[in-house]
Amino acid sequence: MASSSSYNSPCAACKFLRRKCMPSCIFAPYFPPEEPQKFANVHKIFGASNVTKLLNEILPHQREDAVNSLAYEAEARMKDPVYGCVGAISFLQRQVHRLQNELDAANADLIRYACNDMQTALPPMPPPCPRPSELGRRGNGGGSLHQSSVLPASYPPPWGNNPPVGFSTLLYWFPGRDY
Amino acid sequence: MKKGHGPRSSSSPSPCAACKFLKRRCTPDCIFAPYFHSNDTQKFANVHKIFGASNVAKLLSEVPPQLREDTANSLAYEAEARVRDPVHGCVGDISLLQWKMLHLQHDLDNARVRLARYTNPHPFPSSSSSSASVPVFYDYNDIDVMAQLGSAQLASESIEDIR
Repeated sequence: MASSSSYNSPCAACKFLRRKCMPSCIFAPYFPPEEPQKFANVHKIFGASNVTKLLNEILPHQREDAVNSLAYEAEARMKDPVYGCVGAISFLQRQVHRLQNELDAANADLIRYACNDMQTALPPMPPPCPRPSELGRRGNGGGSLHQSSVLPASYPPPWGNNPPVGFSTLLYWFPGRDY
Repeated sequence: MKKGHGPRSSSSPSPCAACKFLKRRCTPDCIFAPYFHSNDTQKFANVHKIFGASNVAKLLSEVPPQLREDTANSLAYEAEARVRDPVHGCVGDISLLQWKMLHLQHDLDNARVRLARYTNPHPFPSSSSSSASVPVFYDYNDIDVMAQLGSAQLASESIEDIR
């Protein structure tokens, strides 16, 4: 996040706006001169004064994330003037819904097969069928479900079990983009 | 001579939310009027705060008239998200949805591996329908891909459906 507002070349915003880039330029840390399109998009969609107001209303350590999310939205809006990044949100929501339905169906099948297994393997009074939540656990102590075969243990996702907090996670999913 | 009591004026009975907010006369050709009704003032207030009235007017005028309602609604959605979360806006929603989707895909893959032991006890790969139902994994990091896929869906539906 090098500042370009000293004796170096003006930041992309001041170049675009054709004004002197002061040391206190609020845009300079986030709009380097090597990325003119980033500010051009943000200026077209949001306007320089709106961006200034937005940045002034948040804490300095959050401004980089704010600028990057504004740049993302602006670029999406330039590519799709009607829906912008709302199109992507809609698509992702539907994918989440579809995957949830498929997961529910798969878990229901697993319960059915597991119950059938237990009924054939055990005496006439089978124990209660396992809940879907138990099927995904690794190394569950009961073990009665897995006596006749070794099922591969479930593995935790590499990104952990906590939802993302903050735009830095989005940057993780967009490794090629350096704003 | 008494003045006639014909129609009062050629403008709409009450100004749209935009013209109310901007304190100006709402003309019949007001570009905002069809999409910012007077009974929903917050919608325009958000859009004005984040994008500015002139930017919104420009954006609306650059799309065909039949697409302007969706454009206005998507701008309102983004503006509302940005007012709610000034740092991330609706990009935070994208990040969360991507995380949820990958998590679900991971759980689904796990469940299918377990199911395969029941449906296909032999170790060799089968041509069962379960593999055919594996979803195509789009490159969600690519704005172009996601924009095209999302637009194709939204073109036939209303933005309100995603709220």
